[in-house]
Amino acid sequence: MSKFLTASIGRKFIMSVSGLFLMVFIAVHLGINLLLIFDDSGDLFNQGAHFMATNPLIKVMEPVLGLGFIVHILWSFMLEYQNWKARPVKYAKKNMSGASTWASRNMLVLGGLVLVFLIIHILDFFVKMKFTGHHLLEEVVVKGVHMENAYALVSTAFIQSTALGIFYIIGGILLGVHLSHGFWSSFQTLGLNNKYWLKRWQVIGQIYAVVVALGFAIIPLYFMFGLNN
Amino acid sequence: MADKILKQLKIKVWRQKNAKSKGRFETYTIENISTGSSFLEMMDILNNDLIEKGIDPIAFDHDCREGICGTCSLYINGRPHGPDTEVTTCQLHMRKFKDGETIIIEPWRARAFPVIKDLVVDRSAFEKILQAGGFVSVNTGGVPDANAIPVSREDAEESMDAAACIGCGACVAACKNSSAMLFVSAKVSHLAKLPQGKVEADTRAMSMVAKMDELGFGGCTNTRACEAECPKSISIMNIARLNREYLKARLSR
Repeated sequence: MSKFLTASIGRKFIMSVSGLFLMVFIAVHLGINLLLIFDDSGDLFNQGAHFMATNPLIKVMEPVLGLGFIVHILWSFMLEYQNWKARPVKYAKKNMSGASTWASRNMLVLGGLVLVFLIIHILDFFVKMKFTGHHLLEEVVVKGVHMENAYALVSTAFIQSTALGIFYIIGGILLGVHLSHGFWSSFQTLGLNNKYWLKRWQVIGQIYAVVVALGFAIIPLYFMFGLNN
Repeated sequence: MADKILKQLKIKVWRQKNAKSKGRFETYTIENISTGSSFLEMMDILNNDLIEKGIDPIAFDHDCREGICGTCSLYINGRPHGPDTEVTTCQLHMRKFKDGETIIIEPWRARAFPVIKDLVVDRSAFEKILQAGGFVSVNTGGVPDANAIPVSREDAEESMDAAACIGCGACVAACKNSSAMLFVSAKVSHLAKLPQGKVEADTRAMSMVAKMDELGFGGCTNTRACEAECPKSISIMNIARLNREYLKARLSR
């Protein structure tokens, strides 16, 4: 097994499986977040956030998700280091734009920028909701259930700061570009691809990437333009 | 119709005395090159000039000059085998260049392909990968009947397409990771698609990938640059097949 984890295809397998797992998480996360703009009272989003914070299955998955992120990030660096070592003398002139997409050549850069976004994003909301608390989070009652007012925290953040909103829009777009290569690439790495499926995976991947980028970008825009009133 | 003449070209080329010495770029000027001549003919003319001037001619690999042997290489203006698609350097013509242009020529760059002299690199790493598993262990003997072993047309076609690989190394040169996955996958695929290759399917994928890693090639990140630059248009669907063969073999033991 250790041989598998250090072999090039084994490493790619780890990247692919962890990546697919994170893509499922992103879909769930986006689904819950979109409740922010579908109910201006905030009840729906608060219920969603409450469900995610209390559901036993989600609670079990939370550390697994953390692990998924760590593995995906660590392995990407290992892989890139191995790949970087494979060409000790670099070319003086490269003309790669016709042969491959920009996103495919810059997955580490894109992933690194998404990581920066992720850290700030976690400090912004997750840490406050989970550990430190915040005055905006004071309890609300929705349908007889007591819960944190996560809606107030998120919506206020975007209403108060345009810079934060722009930062989140950029984060969403970067993630979308990362996924535009990552989605089909993970199926290719697992060997689940052939001449018929290549186009299908790529089309599904592009749609998914656009939905993720637009979906995450539309939420701060909604509040920045005051569409919640 | 007579071919046009390129009045003057600047050739910026990698010069390196031997494997141990440190190389550098040198720029030479060459005049009156017909657009109908091949890139290697231009190199021959340049070398003639250099010899007349008492300069050591530029070493580069070439053999058949018909685009089928895979010996010629050269990373020209940032692309393996130069600006044309689906051709080797010997089949590249000077009509692809403009008068007065500076053409930058570099050797394949990869840890597994060390430079021997100037533009010549040691590609024996590919042979070592083949020796690790790119074969079938069958007794030779009389020629069997053509239709004794049924093979579907589609399998035969895909196998032949993979077998078109000439082992030139453009995939490694084009890949940002210097990965040999397209080469290895072609060599695994042309056997895996046929009944004769099924017997050693498991060990083949595993030993060839292990050898590829050991020799210092990078890993595949699916950029598809290899496929775009391959003179024989080997498809990355072969890489999907190699991944499948490898994972199947690995996870079943």
